[in-house]
Amino acid sequence: MTDVDTPQGMLEPVADVGGAAQPLLQVTGLTKHFPVRGDLFSARKTVRAVDNVSFAVMKGETVGIVGESGCGKSTTARLLMHLMPCDSGAIIYDGMQVGRSLSLRDLRRGMQMVFQDSYASLNPRLTIEESIAFGPKVHGMADGAARTLARELLGKVGLRPENFANRYPHEISGGQRQRVNIARALALSPRLVILDEAVSALDKSVEAQVLNLLADLKREFGLTYLFISHDLNVVRYISDRVLVMYLGEVVELGPVDAVWDAPAHPYTSALLAAMPSSDPDKRTEVPPISGDPPNPIDPPPGCRFHTRCPFAEPLCAQHTPKLTDLDTMGHQAACYMAIPGSGHSRAPAKTTGDNAA
Amino acid sequence: MSDTALQAAPTTKARGYWATVARRITRDKVSMVCALILILIFASALLAPWLHLADPYQGSMIRRLRHIGTPNYPLGTDELGRDMLARLIYGGRLSLIIGILPVIFAFVVGTSLGLIAGYVGGKLNTAIMRTVDVFYAFPSVLLAIAISGALGAGIVNSIVSLTIVFVPQITRVAESVTTGVRNMDFVEAARASGAGPFTIMRVHMLGNVLGPIFVYATGLISVSMILAAGLSFLGLGTKPPEPEWGLMLNTLRTAIYVNPWVAALPGAMIFAVSICFNLLSDGMRSAMDIRN
Repeated sequence: MTDVDTPQGMLEPVADVGGAAQPLLQVTGLTKHFPVRGDLFSARKTVRAVDNVSFAVMKGETVGIVGESGCGKSTTARLLMHLMPCDSGAIIYDGMQVGRSLSLRDLRRGMQMVFQDSYASLNPRLTIEESIAFGPKVHGMADGAARTLARELLGKVGLRPENFANRYPHEISGGQRQRVNIARALALSPRLVILDEAVSALDKSVEAQVLNLLADLKREFGLTYLFISHDLNVVRYISDRVLVMYLGEVVELGPVDAVWDAPAHPYTSALLAAMPSSDPDKRTEVPPISGDPPNPIDPPPGCRFHTRCPFAEPLCAQHTPKLTDLDTMGHQAACYMAIPGSGHSRAPAKTTGDNAA
Repeated sequence: MSDTALQAAPTTKARGYWATVARRITRDKVSMVCALILILIFASALLAPWLHLADPYQGSMIRRLRHIGTPNYPLGTDELGRDMLARLIYGGRLSLIIGILPVIFAFVVGTSLGLIAGYVGGKLNTAIMRTVDVFYAFPSVLLAIAISGALGAGIVNSIVSLTIVFVPQITRVAESVTTGVRNMDFVEAARASGAGPFTIMRVHMLGNVLGPIFVYATGLISVSMILAAGLSFLGLGTKPPEPEWGLMLNTLRTAIYVNPWVAALPGAMIFAVSICFNLLSDGMRSAMDIRN
């Protein structure tokens, strides 16, 4: 990552402290509960939006986060960006913790985010150039230099600066706006970019262009991506590793091919089975999963998926499975069927120590 | 990256937001006519002493309630025989001041309160907005009379009382607009880029919030003039023989059967100014919505 070609006049990126072996982002026990005001006669309740989420993102990789709406993907992104305080847990950026060895200001430069709604995430009163130049100016760059940088970045995201710099967000298309948002995120020379459903609102052909752009930019700037999406095809295409979330918890985690080829958690299997396929022979008639996710205000005890799981046994309702290593490649799942000797009838025998079938 | 589909037509010229708004409003005929009428009324009120008008205080018992079009009295005379044209033009000075100043003061105070309440949220929002609600609970006429009565009669006091009447209304509008803008992703994105609350307010909030509040406040100018007229009628605002449209309307009220056209003139002035401000603010609102 030393020969990364940063354009002239960009902000100096936050220094690489730990080297390649140090995860760029390490999250442990991240938890966020939102209080919900009950009525006069009932106790205060909490929505467990994100519950004890732990994962790591290595330098230069792309980690996908998938799950249904309301499973805590976006809350996780906002917690990572420190846009809202977490209840407990630690977010460690390149070995440094915000508030101790890393200032919030530096974290903001080292980690940027692209939001889903390309229109709402640009100030309608500012030209595109002004929107992109805002971040660098906040970090002390002079107005002229920031505008030059903004124009240069517009070129990097495939928009001719002479045509677009002075336009307003409502004058350009959704795909172009999302390119502007990407340029805006890159303006602070971040090393980690969180893409929160960044391509979900675009139509398919534009989505493909933006995905290719993201891949190019990743190479050019030496970026690391955290890619949040509900679109499994896109996640498979772009990610190295994937994190499956259900009701605020991580249920499965691993290299994208391992998870796709041998999903260990029944929720992951159901998600993959629900993926639309263009092959008529693979058409499914039976819904792979039924019902809505339970209310996160009152998550079921034990494994949170047991209410919808076809293989649930009494054990699943009583105890909560922990994320357990399935192999040495980092494939983990939180399901008793994957944990040897767990007591679930489908669990592998303890002595073999092999993977779940 | 040389995607031809991404090359939009070159923009003609870099134009700032307010320049665009100004260009759009000058193309709106209704707004321009209203602006012209307002400019005329303002200019004549401002330049009244140099217009060679009759003395607005000089009455005559033998020339009372002359009709419109009487020689030397183009707009007739009032119930004390004073020249209506001169009184209407001089009356504009006080009426416009009483109509506009409270709105300007309330705009400044209300916008600040609403911005803070909307941006900070939480307990501070509750504190500010519930206090505002206390004032809002009274009908505005009653509140204006009560405050004017407590402070005592006079023009300054009626300006103060009208300001207090309008602050809660503008605060409410400012707070709701700010809350709406605050939750937009671009404010989150600005926070994510490390900007402090004041920078975000200045760069990202103000421009999006001021427009709607400004339009609302412009609409209040007519209300302010009518309330001021009411205060004068009760003897809490302007005192006779001072010319002021509200006061004139009230004193001429008794002459409505004798000379209805002359009696209606101050009302027509209030009406003209109010409707012009309303239409102009309407034009401003559509001009500021540059998405269309």
